Parts: sequence; structure tokens; C-alpha cells
Amino acid sequence: MSASKFVYVTYIKTTPEKLWEALTNPDFTRRYWAGTRLESTFKAGADWRLMIPDGRVGDTGNVLEVDRPRRLVLSWRNEFKPEIREEGFARCTFELEPMGEVVKLTIVHESDLAESRLIGAVSMGWPMILSSLKTMLETGQAFPGSGEWPKNM
Amino acid sequence: MSSVSMDAVFRALADPSRRKLLDRLHAHNGQTLGDLTAGLKMTRQAASKHLAILENANLISIHWQGREKLHFLNPVPIHQIADRWISKYERTRLDALADLKKSLEGENDER
Repeated sequence: MSASKFVYVTYIKTTPEKLWEALTNPDFTRRYWAGTRLESTFKAGADWRLMIPDGRVGDTGNVLEVDRPRRLVLSWRNEFKPEIREEGFARCTFELEPMGEVVKLTIVHESDLAESRLIGAVSMGWPMILSSLKTMLETGQAFPGSGEWPKNM
Repeated sequence: MSSVSMDAVFRALADPSRRKLLDRLHAHNGQTLGDLTAGLKMTRQAASKHLAILENANLISIHWQGREKLHFLNPVPIHQIADRWISKYERTRLDALADLKKSLEGENDER
């Protein structure tokens, strides 16, 4: 296996429109995504950036594909860790698929590099972020602490 | 599968062969059924049945690469369990304790 890839799936009791909003509106992302704001117009070709609460830029990239509220593909580069930033761009695909009363959310984060440090780093984050996102959408409240950036990071 | 019940997750995790398959994906993510059973004393049929139970519990996700069916570890339901009983404020301390236990005991007991 030459490339690095993770595939995360969660089933959330919500609608594709609400889930899309939760993924693309910075006032929502900061509540479950460690306090970060995901900023972009989410038009094809637009830039995006993930802002850390202390003002640093966490990650950046471009919107490669957008089909609201079904599919979003982002190029993805880490910005705040030089040793990871130098890897350049990975790719992250969000797929939203309604299945009865739930929406299946699939996130594929992949890099062409064999032992990508970026993919290793995001693999620590996604399960936690998706778990918080599910809790927020299903209960109306994010888990305590999931809106806070981890100390020393 | 609709929304995954926590019962399904616990049932799936209750079997040592299924935990072994998850361990193999944890070590090397994105494997075919053939990769996963190589060197194991498990038949393809048995592995295939275990994988279906793990998939049903959403502990593994599937991604097709051409005609290859690849299995990926999906730890999101395990985080749901942790989020239910562990407060975020305890997590750093628990991580430190888990690291300490690991370094004192070597590998985990299942291997």
C-alpha cells in the first residue's frame, strides 16, 4: 500500500441540509471542532482555512468539488506544524447520504505519501470531532470541552 | 444499518477474534479480506462473518478501490462510548495513566 488513507463513518439523526450547515458554518464548527472556525465561501475553487481560537491558522486548502448538500472535496494542508506543512496537500472528501431518518457521513482523508504525518495527525482528531458533531446534532448540545482547543497544541 | 446501537458495538467488541481483526487494521489500515486473514488461523468464511458484524456495528468502514474491497478501522463509535462516560477534563489524566500502564506492561494483553 503506497498511499495513506483513513475512512471514517458516522450515522447521525439529522437532515443532509443541517449536517452540511454544521460542517460549513464556522459558528457551528467551533462548537464541536475544538473551537476552530472553518472559513470559506465553499464555492468550487475557493480557498478555505481552519482558524485556531488563539488566532493561528490551523489548516488551509481549496474547494476542489462541491455538491451541496451531498459532497465536498477539499485539498488540505497543515499550516501550524512546519514538519507537517512541508508535506504539502492531502485531500479530504465529505459524503452525506440520507438513509431513512439518519444521514451517513463518510470522511475520507488521504495523501499520496506513504507515511503521511498529516494523515497520522488528523487520524487522532477525526474520531473525536465526528463523535462531538453527532452529539451536537442529536442532542442540540456539544459535549462539554469539545469546543476547546487542546492545551499545548 | 441505521443509527448504530451501543449494544451492537459492545457485542462486536466482545469477541477476541473480532478484536484481533481490529488490531490488524489498527496496525495497517485499508486491507482486503485476503490481507486480513493472511497468517491468521481464521478461515475466510469466519473472517468474513466477523467483518460483517464489525461493519454492522460501524467499527469498520468499507472503501472500494477499483474491484478491491478495503476495510478501514472506524473508531468513531468507540469515541461515542468514551464521550458518554469520560469527561473531557479527565481525558488528559486518563491518557497519561494509559501510557504508563502500556509502558509498564509492554504490549496489550490481547496479542
